[in-house]
Amino acid sequence: MVQVDKVNFEEEVLQAKGPVLVDFWSTKCEPCMALLPDVEALEAKYGDQIKFCKLNVLENRRLAISQKVLGLPTICIYKDGEKVAELTKDDATAANIEAMIKEQIQ
Amino acid sequence: MAAEDMKTYDVIIVGGGPAGLSAALYASRSKLSTLVLEKAKPGGQAGTTEWLENYPGFPGGVKGPELMEHFAAQAREFGAEIIKDDVASVDFSGEKKLVCTAGGGQYSASAVILCPGAEPRTLGLPGERELRGKGVSYCATCDGDFFTDLDIVVIGNGDAAVEEAMYLTRFAESVTMIVVHDEGILDATAVIRDRAFKNPKMKWVWNSVVDEIRGDGIVESVIIRNLKTNERTELETNGVFVFVGTVPNTQFLSGAVEMDKRGYIIANEQMETSVDGVYCAGDARVKYLRQVITAAADGAIAAVAAEKYIHEEEGFREMVLAPASPVMVCFWSPTSQESLDFMPAVERIAEARAGSLNLVKIDIYKNQRIAGRYEISAAPSILFFNKGQVCERVQWPTTEEELTLVADRVISGK
Repeated sequence: MVQVDKVNFEEEVLQAKGPVLVDFWSTKCEPCMALLPDVEALEAKYGDQIKFCKLNVLENRRLAISQKVLGLPTICIYKDGEKVAELTKDDATAANIEAMIKEQIQ
Repeated sequence: MAAEDMKTYDVIIVGGGPAGLSAALYASRSKLSTLVLEKAKPGGQAGTTEWLENYPGFPGGVKGPELMEHFAAQAREFGAEIIKDDVASVDFSGEKKLVCTAGGGQYSASAVILCPGAEPRTLGLPGERELRGKGVSYCATCDGDFFTDLDIVVIGNGDAAVEEAMYLTRFAESVTMIVVHDEGILDATAVIRDRAFKNPKMKWVWNSVVDEIRGDGIVESVIIRNLKTNERTELETNGVFVFVGTVPNTQFLSGAVEMDKRGYIIANEQMETSVDGVYCAGDARVKYLRQVITAAADGAIAAVAAEKYIHEEEGFREMVLAPASPVMVCFWSPTSQESLDFMPAVERIAEARAGSLNLVKIDIYKNQRIAGRYEISAAPSILFFNKGQVCERVQWPTTEEELTLVADRVISGK
C-alpha cells in the first residue's frame, strides 16, 4: 500500500488516474490495526484494478478533517479527485469493503 | 451440511475479549482442543481502552491493548486456536453444538462458551447515525486525536463516561459533559468524580440532555435541552462522544439460550446457560459488575465447568450408551441411607451376571444434569439401558428379588 500524507495526497490520490482506495488509520486505533491485514489481502486481490493507499491520521489530522474524516477506521474510494464511496466504523468490515471495491471498479 | 467441511473441537469460544481469552487459557491448558472465534482483534472492549488502573497485578496501571495481547499470547501458548471471523448463527439443538460464521466457516464442539461481550449503546438521536465517524464517536482511543485543540461534548456521566472524557482532555481544548442530574451529581464513583471536578478542561452542563446532533458532513453543533426549564440551546462543538452504557452482542443467538428482556444471557454460578453444554462468560451475562477481572473470572469458571461437562458426557456415553450388552445404572446419593444400604444387593446382581450385564453407579448429587435428563429425583433409582436406550426403570422402594427378575428380563431381551 502506498503511504500517503499531507505532502503527496494531492498527487497520489486526487490527481491519480483510475480509482484510489484510502485507508484512514492510526497506530492508536485498535480496530484499524485489526482491519489492516484484511485491506492488505484485498490489495493482493484487486490491486491491479484499484490503487491502495493508507493515511496515518496522527500526523495528518488537518488533511483527514478536510476530507470529512473524523472517525476511525474509515475507508474511502476516490475517482478523479472526488470521494465516491466511504465506509466508516462498524460498517468498515472486510466483506463491505470488498463489495464497495467491486462496485467502483465495474 | 457436509461433514467434511465441518471442523470439530472440544470447546468453541465465541468472542475473544477478556472472558473468552481466559476461558481459552483454562480450556487449552486442560488439554481440550479449543477454538476462539473473534470478529476483530482479540481483546474486546478492553482492547480499545487506553489505560486500566484497576486490573490487579499492575501497580501504576496497564495499557488495555497490551494486557489483552498478553491474554491472547497466554491462551495460544497452551494451544488455543484464534480465528478471525464473525459468528453468524448457532444450532444448540443436538448433542454436538454447531457454530456458523459470516466467513462461511462451520464448526462443531461438545461444549460452547459464549463470550460475545457488549458494545456501546447508541441513543438514536437525530443526526447521530448520519454523523458517525464524522465527529460522533463511541471510542475515545480511536478518535481522540482528531480533536486536538478542538471543543467536544460528552454524553453520559457514569464511570466510563467520565474516565473517557478525562482521557479526551489530553487532546481537546475543552470537554463539555452533558449531565441529566442536578449540579454536582454524577453516576461515576467518588474518586473519579473528584478527579474530574479538578480538571480545568472539563466543563459541565447540568439537568440537561442532547436532543439532536447537527452538521453538514461533519459535526457542527448539538441541541441541548434543559430538563427543568425545557429551554433548548444550540452549542457549537466539533465532536460528540457518547458513553451511555452498553448493549449485549447477543442478537446472533436468536434466542438459542435464555436471556433477560434486555438481551443479556442468563447463567448460574457455574456459567451454565439454559442449554446443556452451553456456557456464558463476561459482559453479555446478567451480572453485577462488568470489568476485565470479572470477565476473566467468568471465563475460568466456564472453562472448568465445560471441561467437567465434556468428561461426564463422554464417560456416560462410553460406559452406559455405547456398550453392546445391557447396562444397569444405579443412581445413588451419599445422603440417601437407602441407596447406600441397597448398593450391595445391586452389586451382587451385577457380579452374578458379569459379562452379560454391566453396572454403572452414578452419584445424583455430583451428576445432577444426567440425573435430571432421565428424570431421577430420588436415590436409589435403577435404570436399565440397552444399546443406548432406557429399557426398564425400577423405582424405590424395591427388593433384591424384584430387581433380579428385571435384570434377567433385560438380559434375555424379552
